Amino acid sequence: MKRDLFLFIGFAFLILLAPQLFSGGYLMNVLVFVGINTMLSIALNLLLGYAGQISLGHAGFFGLGAYLSGILSTSYGVDPWLAMPLAATVVGLMAFFIGFPILKLKGHYLAMATLGLGIIIYIVFNETVELTGGPSGLSGIPNLKIAGITFDSDVKNYYLIWTATLMVMLFSLNLAGSRVGRALRAVHDSEVAAQVLGVNSRILKVQIFALSAIISSLAGSLYAHTMTFISPASFGFNFSIELLTMVVIGGLGSIYGSFLGAALLTLLPEFLRGANDYDIIIYGGLLMAMVMYMPGGLVRGIPALFRRLVTTKKGEAGHA
Amino acid sequence: MKMKCFSLVCAFTTLLFSSTVFAAAPIKIGALFAVTGPAAFLGEPERNSAKMVIDEINSKGGIKGHKLELVAYDTTGDATKAVQLATKLIKDDKVVAIIGPSTTGETMAVIPVAEKEQIPLISCSAGSKITDPVKKWVFKTAQNDSLAVGKIYEYLQKNKLTTVSILTVSDGFGASGREQLKTQAAKYGITIVSDDTYGPKDTDMTAQLTKIRGTHSQAIICWGTNPGPAVIAKNARQLGIKTPLFMSHGVSSKKFIELAGEAAEGIKLPSGKVVVADMLSASDKQKKSLMAFVKDYQKHYKTEGDHFGGHAWDAVNLIKSAIENGAVTAAAIRDQLEKSRAFAGIGGSFTYSAQDHAGLGKDAFILVEIKNKDWMIVK
Repeated sequence: MKRDLFLFIGFAFLILLAPQLFSGGYLMNVLVFVGINTMLSIALNLLLGYAGQISLGHAGFFGLGAYLSGILSTSYGVDPWLAMPLAATVVGLMAFFIGFPILKLKGHYLAMATLGLGIIIYIVFNETVELTGGPSGLSGIPNLKIAGITFDSDVKNYYLIWTATLMVMLFSLNLAGSRVGRALRAVHDSEVAAQVLGVNSRILKVQIFALSAIISSLAGSLYAHTMTFISPASFGFNFSIELLTMVVIGGLGSIYGSFLGAALLTLLPEFLRGANDYDIIIYGGLLMAMVMYMPGGLVRGIPALFRRLVTTKKGEAGHA
Repeated sequence: MKMKCFSLVCAFTTLLFSSTVFAAAPIKIGALFAVTGPAAFLGEPERNSAKMVIDEINSKGGIKGHKLELVAYDTTGDATKAVQLATKLIKDDKVVAIIGPSTTGETMAVIPVAEKEQIPLISCSAGSKITDPVKKWVFKTAQNDSLAVGKIYEYLQKNKLTTVSILTVSDGFGASGREQLKTQAAKYGITIVSDDTYGPKDTDMTAQLTKIRGTHSQAIICWGTNPGPAVIAKNARQLGIKTPLFMSHGVSSKKFIELAGEAAEGIKLPSGKVVVADMLSASDKQKKSLMAFVKDYQKHYKTEGDHFGGHAWDAVNLIKSAIENGAVTAAAIRDQLEKSRAFAGIGGSFTYSAQDHAGLGKDAFILVEIKNKDWMIVK
């Protein structure tokens, strides 16, 4: 247990130190998005990696958080610090009530239902023009302010987003290691067995679905207040799939894996930009290779690769 | 040893200085276009045109000894990416001006960045709210939707057609058009009897058209970009609707005629002059620019240049003339842009001022009719 704590503190230390290493510039801006995406993929990983319930509609919850907080603070003058928890509460309650009927479904049917949910939310953003500004988006969302500091630069936003992300990480690590985390994994492996052991799997699934939605909503609100502009295109079906890719590439059922997946998928396109029109092909090829050769995700694949390199080195040394 | 080091350092510094003194540093211009993704039909011709103009300027030795360097990124039509890339252009590439983005949504997202970092942004998208209200650092070259709507309504008024049905696509382009159609109707004595929308990916619009047929309106106005309007034209023909059909400037490219085939015949739409460049009278101020653009584009890319590419052509050339007038910094370029008067480009004749950063009048559009798979100017 102590090792885990040290690992987290080390990780947090590195993250908070990062701006000193590469100060300013565009990379800070990208790292802000790594933070937001980490939060989102942790949210999805709790549901998919731990409880084994798929969702193809998480971009919808992300968007709801962004829009609710954005509309409340822009059109109704609510303080952003109040708008964020309000949005999270509404999204959480919504997910809770929708969760009951939806989570009765399994496998492909659950995927279809959550897919539909995401698309419905997306259509609502597009069609309620008076409220959301429709397809051309909602602009002029205020930045967050605390004690005279306005979070309006990339470096400030970096600390804001990553403080939130680290809190979500710590919470999720604790949750995963707790009785609830074990119950979730039991539901993942066999729902019947879990029920026999006294886990109320139905309630548990709904609770984790709602929790996942709340974290996504929080990430959405933070996104809205740092970007100061939102439009429905950012919350479409494609983004749900991208989140799913982050979770799978990073490693199912691993919080640090979520970070690795989010970091890789957010940073990779930036590094490939030099390849001009071939970037999409390289991107796709790399993802395919990773899924083929690291089926357990980066979090398990990288140590395995490292071990293999070490053993072959040792082997060579032995022969010589 | 020490002496050797010293002379090496000396040689190196001289080398450094000489290179900066003799060849004036290139001026970097950023561009954000949706080259891939759903808005690729805008982004690709825009990037091509911008590249074409910049290459041409450089092959003639640049402007006052300064070469131009285009740093173009693909936004894939995503507002988040557009904002990230705008930041990258400003902070890492240190550009003095940004051309694009291609869509209204992306532009609205990028505006706060440009305003904060004080970099002139010349958007290639059409939404009226980009420059209304006027923002200090933001200009646009695409014609306002309001001008296109005005052009159609003027024609309707002249021909005493007073009831219309509107059918708009549910994206940024359609939403902006719908708003303009509704707000301007009263001014031209027009009543909108039915107001419907369709999704950008819909493949059948018979439901909406059947409803419209029941309203007995005197004209149907459809606002969208390919391929939706082609489907609507075909569906209308299948349903035997004889009501005159109007489209937006969003489909004023040969692609639409190809997609709609026979059903395109007789459709009228407001369009930039580029599609009828060779039919314009020689007295038209834009004719020279238009013919040059069409010819160059054909030569470089073996396909017809459309007015989307024209928006980027205009933006680069506006920046070019600002630099010719002595501006090299972001602030000076902005000030020079605002002083542009009667610049005859592809989208129209641009006259910017402190109160107007869109710069175009109603003459930027002409009404065209599709006849025998080609464009005809409606007199």
